[in-house]
Amino acid sequence: MTDLYQSQRAMRQMRHQAMQRGVVAILDVGSSKIACLVLRFDGSSRLSEDNSIGSLAGQSGFRVIGAATTRSRGVQFGEITAMQETERAIRTAVQAAQKMAEVRVDHVMACFSGANPRSYGLNAQVELQGQVVTEDEVARVLAACEVPEYGQGREVLHAQPVNFALDNRSGLNDPRGQLGQSLAVDMHMLTVDAASVQNLVRCIKRCDLELAGIASSAYASGISALVEDEQELGAACVDMGGGSTSVSIFMKKHMIYSDAVRMGGDHVTSDISMGLGVPTSSAERIKTFCGGVHATGADDRDMIDIGGDTGDWEHDRRTVSRAELIGIMRPRVEEILEEVRARLDAAGFDQLPSQQIVLTGGSSQIMGLDGLASRILGQQVRLGRPLRVHGLPQSATGPGFSSAVGLSLFAANPQDEWWDFDVPSDRQSGGSIRRAVRWFRDNW
Amino acid sequence: MRSLTPWRRKKSVFKQDPAPSRLTYRMQRWMLTPGIRLGLRIGVPFCLIFTLGSAYMANEQRRDGLNIFLSDLRQSIRERPEFRVKMIAIDGAGADLADDIREVAGLRFPVSSFDLNVDLIREVIEMLDPVKSAAVRIRSGGVLQVDVVERDPVLVWRSRQGLALLDETGIHVAELGRRSLHANLPLIAGDGADAHVPEALQIFATARPLGARLRGLVRIGERRWDVVLDRGQRIMLPAEDPIPALRRVIAVSEVRDLLERDIAAVDMRLSARATVRMNKTAVQEWWRIRQMNGGG
Repeated sequence: MTDLYQSQRAMRQMRHQAMQRGVVAILDVGSSKIACLVLRFDGSSRLSEDNSIGSLAGQSGFRVIGAATTRSRGVQFGEITAMQETERAIRTAVQAAQKMAEVRVDHVMACFSGANPRSYGLNAQVELQGQVVTEDEVARVLAACEVPEYGQGREVLHAQPVNFALDNRSGLNDPRGQLGQSLAVDMHMLTVDAASVQNLVRCIKRCDLELAGIASSAYASGISALVEDEQELGAACVDMGGGSTSVSIFMKKHMIYSDAVRMGGDHVTSDISMGLGVPTSSAERIKTFCGGVHATGADDRDMIDIGGDTGDWEHDRRTVSRAELIGIMRPRVEEILEEVRARLDAAGFDQLPSQQIVLTGGSSQIMGLDGLASRILGQQVRLGRPLRVHGLPQSATGPGFSSAVGLSLFAANPQDEWWDFDVPSDRQSGGSIRRAVRWFRDNW
Repeated sequence: MRSLTPWRRKKSVFKQDPAPSRLTYRMQRWMLTPGIRLGLRIGVPFCLIFTLGSAYMANEQRRDGLNIFLSDLRQSIRERPEFRVKMIAIDGAGADLADDIREVAGLRFPVSSFDLNVDLIREVIEMLDPVKSAAVRIRSGGVLQVDVVERDPVLVWRSRQGLALLDETGIHVAELGRRSLHANLPLIAGDGADAHVPEALQIFATARPLGARLRGLVRIGERRWDVVLDRGQRIMLPAEDPIPALRRVIAVSEVRDLLERDIAAVDMRLSARATVRMNKTAVQEWWRIRQMNGGG
């Protein structure tokens, strides 16, 4: 627990440093591509005086000054499997983005999708020592949460208080300064495999970069792909990436559930590759140019050259009808969506007041996916693109960049996490001197 | 037989790994560091130019060559006709003064305007006695324009060296050969008289009722003034406040014809007690009249 506090707080400290320097890099380590954005903060990220949201949802405090993507290598299912390769890919992306930004970046925030995320809901209730809810009381109630046994080799990635209740009033965002008797909190905690996090940290360290934060890409893409009322009323964001499809459910602007399906666009590609007997690269090309999930009568006559370079004329002139291609792709896409449906059901998504589902991620660009998804997931399905941010190049506005953009927004306006509050002093070990120091600092 | 292995290996058709090597990556990050960038953009060219310049200048011959080249260049620019000053034009000065100015300026035309120190010329011209102020500038067309304001002489000062003209502040304007050249100017005399010209002018203004009888003023003992009239009469004025004293004398004279009588001097040195000194014949005459009237 203390270890987690310290490492996360160290990262938070690093992010403050990066904010002061004004330049931070965003790294989205995906299975099919690694995207790097370089952000410049100009310090106007505060909300306006009347606390209303300005243009661009108050996210205009930063500007993208460099963007680069490269093909990912050594990443499978969103987890790093070959560290050297991944390190080289990260170096490529970071170097290109730095070159475009013409500024050296030292701090990087990363997100990744795999590593078996698992959600836990925690809650706790404490009696207030005074009448007023202070920051100490919030820290005390957060510390009072009973942490479930999440297993050896797992690590907490997010632990966000999503709801506070004071006496019998629930749904408070910020209870500080209010009067009451007892304070209760609901917290969402996301754990991932510690090994893959450590691999990512190691990889970034080897690139001479300082890690200033780490986030789940399901969370990040939810921030950018869901519009504000969807986040408020409740919606699910399905980020269909290359190696994994991650699901996050948002409610009242907080993520309350996240999970991942270890299947994605790469599996569709490998199905095409196996079914048609073509190399992966041309299978990818065929998928992106001619793929679809709804066959019509015209597709039987639409012949696609699948080619080859063996030198055998017959082999190199093979064609396949688009209907056959769709016949290969559709079952796999259906399988992915069925899995997503199962995860959403397990989370109790059908109990939520709003059933909005937003598909995003690179694989959501398959033609006709929204029709298929609405058949499997429910009626309210739309395709989501990331929020527009300043300076983002046109090539990086597609749905494949929603987690990178979301992480930029997260960097600009971070969510309070558990470790942002001080540990209550009675739980600190050997804290007498520190307590004295704090007393001095508070009183002088 | 032709060799089965080609002479030169064909370059691999596959593109090399796009990833930068660790060294390249570090190098690029290093080059993006602001300090290094500044150093490369300014420091390195500066050092390079400095080194090359010093290496070139290390040879004495080259240094001399460069100096000669520079001086030649400067000379050629200096001697261009656009910068040549061919004549001097003097406005506001009489013929004698103009000659003097030409003499003191000491210029031999044509001269380059780079060689003319206009301020120095102006100072030299202003050091001339008759010049009150001067403005010197180089006019277009190669003319050195000198605008002079002359001093107006208001007094003639007779001293042991001879006659001199003074202006209203007492500054020497010119020597005067004969008094008749400036017969209309009042005359002062005595040592140190030139230092009190304003006072002398006030006395002259006050003494205007005396008219043609006034001969001049004499500074006595560098302390006070004597007003000298014709027939050898003097009005001896005090050192302090001479003007009221003179007014009193003039007033008395107008009422009682004091100055018309046969007196030698009116002594106002003690301004509370005016004293009249009579001539010798006048005294004897006075005595005779008193005896005639029965003594007293």
